[in-house]
Amino acid sequence: MFDQLSERLQSTLSEVRSRGKLSESDVDSAMREIRLALLEADVNFKVVKAFTKTLKERCLGEDVMSSLDPGQQVVKIVNEELASLMGGTGSELAMATSGPTVILMAGLQGSGKTTACAKLAQFFKKEGKDVALAACDVYRPAAVEQLVTMGGRAGAHVYERGTDADPVDIASWALAEAQSERRDVLIIDTAGRLHIDQDLMAELAKIRKQTRPHDVLLVVDAMTGQDAVGVAESFAEVAEFDGVVMTKLDGDARGGAALSVKAVTGKPILFASTGEKIEDFDKFHPDRMAQRILGMGDVLSLIEKAEQQVDEKEAEELQEKMRKDQFTLDDMLTQMKQVRKMGPLSGIIGMLPGMGAMKQLKNADVDEKELDRVEAIILSMTPRERANPGIINGSRRKRIANGSGTKVQNVNNLVKQFDQMRVLMKSMANGRMPTPQQMAQLAGGNQRAPRPKMRRR
Amino acid sequence: MATSWQEIVDLGARQPGGVVAVEEEAPEQRRGVFRKLRESLSKSRQALTEEISASLFDKIDDETWELLEEALILADVGAPTTAAVVEKLEQEVESGAVPMDGVAVRDRLIEILAEVASTGRAPMDLSAEPAILMMVGVNGTGKTTTIGKIAWHLSKEMGLSVVMAAADTYRAAAAEQLETWAERAGAELVRGEEGSDPGAVAYDAINAARARGADVVIVDTAGRLHTQTNLMEELAKVRRVIQKQIPEAPHETLISIDATTGQNGLRQAKIFSEAVDVDGVVLTKLDGTARGGIALAIASDLNIPVKLIGVGETLEDLRPFDPGDYAKALLAE
Repeated sequence: MFDQLSERLQSTLSEVRSRGKLSESDVDSAMREIRLALLEADVNFKVVKAFTKTLKERCLGEDVMSSLDPGQQVVKIVNEELASLMGGTGSELAMATSGPTVILMAGLQGSGKTTACAKLAQFFKKEGKDVALAACDVYRPAAVEQLVTMGGRAGAHVYERGTDADPVDIASWALAEAQSERRDVLIIDTAGRLHIDQDLMAELAKIRKQTRPHDVLLVVDAMTGQDAVGVAESFAEVAEFDGVVMTKLDGDARGGAALSVKAVTGKPILFASTGEKIEDFDKFHPDRMAQRILGMGDVLSLIEKAEQQVDEKEAEELQEKMRKDQFTLDDMLTQMKQVRKMGPLSGIIGMLPGMGAMKQLKNADVDEKELDRVEAIILSMTPRERANPGIINGSRRKRIANGSGTKVQNVNNLVKQFDQMRVLMKSMANGRMPTPQQMAQLAGGNQRAPRPKMRRR
Repeated sequence: MATSWQEIVDLGARQPGGVVAVEEEAPEQRRGVFRKLRESLSKSRQALTEEISASLFDKIDDETWELLEEALILADVGAPTTAAVVEKLEQEVESGAVPMDGVAVRDRLIEILAEVASTGRAPMDLSAEPAILMMVGVNGTGKTTTIGKIAWHLSKEMGLSVVMAAADTYRAAAAEQLETWAERAGAELVRGEEGSDPGAVAYDAINAARARGADVVIVDTAGRLHTQTNLMEELAKVRRVIQKQIPEAPHETLISIDATTGQNGLRQAKIFSEAVDVDGVVLTKLDGTARGGIALAIASDLNIPVKLIGVGETLEDLRPFDPGDYAKALLAE
């Protein structure tokens, strides 16, 4: 609904330029849009109120009008303010100078603690550290088993004593073991608990006292609503956490909870968990989160993701193939798979600025199915056909269509599109820019290329 | 009056014959249920209690509506639904349909909220033999726990024989967690290898239920984010596998939504519903300070009603949803 804050602001402030002066009521209506966008992103109501107040002062004070586009200028200010509220550049964990670094994880039920523990273990593992986990969630059925399995996947040792022991005892024992076994890092998993459950909160405080962790991390679900603030305040009081791990950021939640927690407790968000796999975990970038909350996309993350996924050597080989006109359907399949490895297309599109509205049009969903179809068609071809599409005659097309559950027409389109692509690639690899017509054909096959979405005036 | 399990579950021809008679809930118990719900909803420091009291409506002006808006937003009701509720109430007061009296306005507010919460209300359809109930939702919203508790109620309170299908073959130890619940509920568990095909587990469970003449099959599924297209497709496939055996199944598909969830809950309900045609919401973790106002947005926007709520750890803490109680508790006095 508020995917396009910047667009809405531009339409709100578009008439301002003609008048040449930004009035207080202009700013007020801009603030209303920002307020709604932030609420939609689940930023806490009280934080929003305080934030828009600061913002209003800055917008009125600054020469917003000197810019050609006041809407864009306001967005820029919002973005800057959000980023600074979120903590500027990233913060770091405190590490022990000698002996194991002890990290205590806490949070509500279902926020993703156990998974985050294993992911954090893997994170340290990659740095060459000897990591151990302590299984102190004795309440949820099979939580210990889950940590043992996931810890094993991360290559971490798991200290567990089943579910009959006391969590405080397990934590102390695990710490002693980690010390005598000279581990570098000990991560303590605790049971999910409600911040208003006094007994369990007291237990958490006790674990903290016994193990004297270097870092206490609060695990917060990115989808949390207005209540995030109350939760964080209670945990801050009892566990004095040092930082936050945001989980489930691979969804489409805007994650306003991150902002609320930071604003209210002053504690930085240190890590972000972004996927099902154990390696989907990384340091948190506050500035990027600000843009996500505003629906402004996350181009930097996207570029990094692409860099991770695309093997440079492969890329060079590919270019060589393009130059020599040896690009095959197999190569195309590889390319497609690489793009899709970055996540669902809708997610990738969500990271591109200005694409929020297109997502609403559900173009992304269609694309996803289209890609499935293309994949199925190519997979239904023989290796010879993939290498040399020229041999795909009528009866082969029919067989491929049957094999992939598509129509002969789909196969025809793909082959045609592939031919056009090859011509285009060859000319590009040889340093000639493609004509707009060629580009259009590539983008849409036989159809006309979709018109880029115009900014509203 | 609180809604009972008997009211919220449609057992079809089984009722009352095959069912073990359950004694009527005593009035004190009912009050107990109500009190617990209200308590759990009023623990918050920023509870609506503080925001909305009868005195708020003593003097009715712009500030009244603003404060009301604020309170509903803080309960995660979301801007569009909040605006609709407040606007409706404001209009009714201004037109004189509702007298400008603190108590009357507040009562009407509770009524409006209950109306929104009642959108699309229908009992859980377990009339088929066997009836197939499928549980879906995002990771960590409490699917497995909810299923365990549903199985317990159906089995221990209503005398139904239950088969549970551990079709969450992805999360480590998910089947073990369900096994613990199956033991407590006296239900049979059908499971596959970790990483095996979830559809196959559902298939086996339905076969097992048919062979033994069981009443209900409850299918647990792995938690997944609604944005993961491939995993959503997998879920739709589990549904298709079930439909191959019983065309009109699953007879009841429930999505679990964590009460702490913010506006993203609407997206969750919408996209899961597109994939597997969700019949109702289980609003979990209402025992915290979150009020689960997103459920109102889901009901009014998507016509998907809340059917069950989770207000605590114990078996009895999974309850049938009662719109009136919820509306009152949302504005706990």
